[in-house]
Amino acid sequence: MIHWNSFADFLAMGGYGFYVWGSFGLTALIMIVEPIVVARNRKTTIARLKRQLRAETRNTAE
Amino acid sequence: MFKIIAAVIRRDLKLAMRRQADIVSAVFFFIIVVSLFPLGIGPEPDLLRKLAPGVLWVAALLATMLSLPRLFADDHRDGTLEQLALAPHPLGLVVTGKVIAHWLVSGLPLALIAPVLGLQFDLSAEALVVLTGAILLGTPALSGIGAIGAALTLGLRGGGVLLSLLVLPLYIPVLIFGAGAVDATVSGLGGEGHLSLLAALTFASLGFAPWASAAALKIALE
Amino acid sequence: MKDRFNLYRFASPATFYPLAGAMIPYFVAVSAVFGLAGLYLGMLVAPTDFQQGEGYRIIFIHVPASWMSMFIYLVMAGWAAIGLAFNTRLSGMMAQALAPTGALMAFLSLWTGALWGKPMWGAWWVWDARLTSELILLFLYIGYMALTAAIDDQRRADKAGGLLLLVGVVNVPIIYFSVKWWNTLHQGSSVNLTKSSMAETMLWGMLLMAMCFWMYSIAVALMRVRTIMLERERHTDWVKAELAGDQQ
Repeated sequence: MIHWNSFADFLAMGGYGFYVWGSFGLTALIMIVEPIVVARNRKTTIARLKRQLRAETRNTAE
Repeated sequence: MFKIIAAVIRRDLKLAMRRQADIVSAVFFFIIVVSLFPLGIGPEPDLLRKLAPGVLWVAALLATMLSLPRLFADDHRDGTLEQLALAPHPLGLVVTGKVIAHWLVSGLPLALIAPVLGLQFDLSAEALVVLTGAILLGTPALSGIGAIGAALTLGLRGGGVLLSLLVLPLYIPVLIFGAGAVDATVSGLGGEGHLSLLAALTFASLGFAPWASAAALKIALE
Repeated sequence: MKDRFNLYRFASPATFYPLAGAMIPYFVAVSAVFGLAGLYLGMLVAPTDFQQGEGYRIIFIHVPASWMSMFIYLVMAGWAAIGLAFNTRLSGMMAQALAPTGALMAFLSLWTGALWGKPMWGAWWVWDARLTSELILLFLYIGYMALTAAIDDQRRADKAGGLLLLVGVVNVPIIYFSVKWWNTLHQGSSVNLTKSSMAETMLWGMLLMAMCFWMYSIAVALMRVRTIMLERERHTDWVKAELAGDQQ
């Protein structure tokens, strides 16, 4: 079923390795980094909003 | 309907005539940018002849971009724009008048100067005619599409650069067909196809852009 | 007041927020399954291409990314139309949530296209109709993000951005039909609803990867829209409750 004879063949991609893995590599990078960035953004926003909320309640309480 | 458009054109032209420096400086910008290319690329005639349509068109795009903020900003600053938006006439007609007036003081002068600049690039007479015709035909589309960008970015900080970012991608088809018409003429294939598409773009944008701009103005003025 | 299930409930950020949060893990899981299946078929099983050798395997990224770049733009334009017509808040938030992912898909399409074009056509880039209009699509995404970022009033940002999306939507059919309308270097369409000219494993690998990208895009957009909702609705009770209960 599997098309390749060896792992080395798979990596070489018939001579096109640079192009194929350059494509798959960037894709993997994007699909890892994008969710991480979104998650980190969420954390920062929540922290900031909490801070603002605390500041506002402190101001109105005074 | 035409009365409203004519009235707006007359008003905008009158206002533009009071600030002739703006018009003249846009034309000089065009001249300077076009002249920079031979200085940067070198004087070889064959290369210049090949690059000329693209260079002239890109310069025309940039010169138009410079004058776009003026389309609505002056009226917005003194409150006239809000009055125009509240008036009983459709805002789209008012914008149509403004776009035509804008073309008369920005696109038309560029089209008139272009053949002179084309001589710098050693373009043939036939190419010069097609170039002038293409710029005449395509610059109304630039004014129309530009009006949408100007309306969307009304009053925003960083307006000019943001305006360019929004509008230049939409200008690309005009650029492609406008420069392509001259290239096709020079290579002997004939520019009719490109010019027809250019005409289509102009008519489509003059029909559609004023209404999109009016919608954008209403969003900006809320 | 209707008793039966009313979909319009979810037009309110307060109800959509938890729903989105619950859906995200499922979309991630489905995307992973599609991805593994697609990669297995495409990278391990599918045969060598007669003309292009192994280099054709970029298709398993390039076509899904291109399809998603166009599809996401259309979805954003759809949200824009709904937002402008019905003055809804959530539609504007969804459009803004989708934009960065769409832009990345457009960039990926151009990048993988260049990596495919260099060995096959001998050039990293050609100015043919399809490539040029895909580049314009990337510019439109960037322009939308720049415009919405420059406007402080979020309602105005939504509407102005929405209008920009609708003006630019004409570009998407141009990308799609460009290979039919112009003599281009880019390959014509090899897949349509009834038949295809590709080998079966190749076709299925590509379709599975397309599904993977689609589910991924939905998951990321839902993640992003939740943060946008918290930011925009920060003065409402439900957000305050959410922030109070959130231990992160």
